[in-house]
Amino acid sequence: MKVFRKAKHIREKYLEENMWPSIFCQACGIGTVLSCALRAIDKVGLDLDKTVFVSGIGCSSRLPGYIDADGLHTTHGRAITFATGVKLANPELDIIVFTGDGDLAGIGGNHFIHAARRNIDMTVICVNNYNYGMTGSQLSPTTPVGGIATTSPYGNIESPFDLSALAIGAGAPYVARWTTIYPHETMMAIKKGIEKKGFAFIEILTPCPVGYGRRNKLKQGKDYLLWFKQNSIARSRFEKLSEEEKRDCRKVVIGGLQDVEKPEFTSEWSRLVDKHFVE
Amino acid sequence: MRKPRTKPAAASKYQPVRPFTEEEFSRVRRVLGQKVLFVQGDAAVSYGALLAGCRFFAGYPITPATETSEILSQLLPRVGGVCIQMEDEIASVGAIIGASRAGAKSMTATSGPGFSLMQENIGYAAMTETPCVIVDVQRSGPSTGQPTEGAQGDIMQAKWGSHGDYELIALSPSTVQECLDLTIDAFNLSEIYSVPVILLTDGIIGHMREKVVLPEFEEVELVWRKAPTRPKDEFQPFFDDGSKIPETATFGTGYHTYITGLTHSDTGYPATDSQPEHHRLVSRLCAKIRDNRDKIIKVQKDYQDGAEENTIGIVSYGVTSRSVNSAVKLLRREGLNIDHLRIITNWPFPEKEVAELAGRAGRIVIPELNLGQVYHSVREAAAGQCDIVPMWKTGGEMHTPDEIIRVVKGNG
Repeated sequence: MKVFRKAKHIREKYLEENMWPSIFCQACGIGTVLSCALRAIDKVGLDLDKTVFVSGIGCSSRLPGYIDADGLHTTHGRAITFATGVKLANPELDIIVFTGDGDLAGIGGNHFIHAARRNIDMTVICVNNYNYGMTGSQLSPTTPVGGIATTSPYGNIESPFDLSALAIGAGAPYVARWTTIYPHETMMAIKKGIEKKGFAFIEILTPCPVGYGRRNKLKQGKDYLLWFKQNSIARSRFEKLSEEEKRDCRKVVIGGLQDVEKPEFTSEWSRLVDKHFVE
Repeated sequence: MRKPRTKPAAASKYQPVRPFTEEEFSRVRRVLGQKVLFVQGDAAVSYGALLAGCRFFAGYPITPATETSEILSQLLPRVGGVCIQMEDEIASVGAIIGASRAGAKSMTATSGPGFSLMQENIGYAAMTETPCVIVDVQRSGPSTGQPTEGAQGDIMQAKWGSHGDYELIALSPSTVQECLDLTIDAFNLSEIYSVPVILLTDGIIGHMREKVVLPEFEEVELVWRKAPTRPKDEFQPFFDDGSKIPETATFGTGYHTYITGLTHSDTGYPATDSQPEHHRLVSRLCAKIRDNRDKIIKVQKDYQDGAEENTIGIVSYGVTSRSVNSAVKLLRREGLNIDHLRIITNWPFPEKEVAELAGRAGRIVIPELNLGQVYHSVREAAAGQCDIVPMWKTGGEMHTPDEIIRVVKGNG
């Protein structure tokens, strides 16, 4: 019963009632991502009056509309640039960005790495479902080699991006990757991301049975979950592997991948202003 | 359960969104130093922005607009604002729109290639009715063209650059002083009409030094967007109270507004499958500018009394007006009847004013640093009342007064 009470609490406190039913397909994982994010927000105790949800274009980018808070649904790939403006104009606001693999790493890749490099305080939650779902399951920068998309009908020949590695390489101080089969861990990772003073990136491998799945023998939601389970390995377990095993490991490493302290942009700017301000 | 991490101290001077009082204005004046300055157009734009209350600038380096970024990166921290160099021009417009939604007056500056990149997000600002100012220091195009040479090649792009139907406001200064004055106007117009405003300077004025006199607080009118008048639970971010201009709820003030570039209803939520809703929204976006054209449009009429049949009209705008001013003086000395209409507001286009001139003049000469842009609007507004004589020049050199005189006399 406690579980239901919690769900009711989350629903009543955070959801925008006028927007239901959602646009999401059957067995889509984006709802799980929203649930994890809201539970994390609840745990942290974020004030929704002081939180802005920003997104680009795509299925996952529709999420801010379902939350009863300020939302900015922007242009394709540019969510992080708008979020940068909001945060820098009013550093007291908490910023949560919802994005997808195509939005973030395809059209918006440049903004992603630069915001991570600048270390602007925001939490970027990326729904990685290996394809452009909203436009009809086209090839994305994270589609696995051999993956069938509507624009890779003979199988993808391109190397996919490892988004979390990209974020770490670009300097993000907090990076975690989970899949929707681990909702509790996903929620805790988002919580840590929100609490991080700096650019936090949480990549969530998410099922898209109607788009990517049905073309890749993952038509049922449960097939997807099994696929995620079989093809992912927790970081703690991965680190115990021998060098040889690590090299041969074809599984996706999940878990907290980066957690360091770095100077954050708005704090540094605040210091800079206080030094040069003319009374 | 409260968030355990540290926020910037409330006492910090870093506050881009703050009430703009006389104290803030005089702080800018203190930072700028003397009242009379000898500066470039790009500098005057920066100073105008600070005096208008702009506290957020995002830009990407591009000739001949970089001076604005350089100057504001030096001055904005001194008045508690933010200046950030983004990764490209797309990001720059995204950032200023975000900042504006968070309550800051915001601006970016660029030139042709960057202006092209900005177009999608300018359309977003028009669709979401977000006040912001975009400075385009025009240079010779197309493409990379002549980076260090001025031009007037982006006039049409300023109006038609993004897809779909929308209206915005574009202003053309012709002196360095006007760069400052019109930047203040640009901020005011963007705040009044909740619309992106484009300031169309060019590489010549941008890099030219002239005398600039800074205004006193009492001399300038500074406008801020309409704040919500309804209680939070009744507030609708795109509700038309009859003025066609919605009230703006700033992010972080508890109004929980949803802003999207999708077709939206008054509530702000998507209404993409509704033809009437889309038609109503886009019609209002255009009508709020078109219906107020008399309040928005600025022109300068230098007409001779008692127009005669042999009156010749000249229409000019921006830097070209400078050569025209000299030509008009010389032509009148020779006894010719010249009416000079200087367009200050390029968009919305001053059709009525051009039509009036077309009714007075036997022909209208229109010199431009392009291969025919405002020419088309002038021809449309004149509606066959008189001949339209274009004078097109590209390559980074202005028309000389002599060239204009020759064309006006019919010996071009």
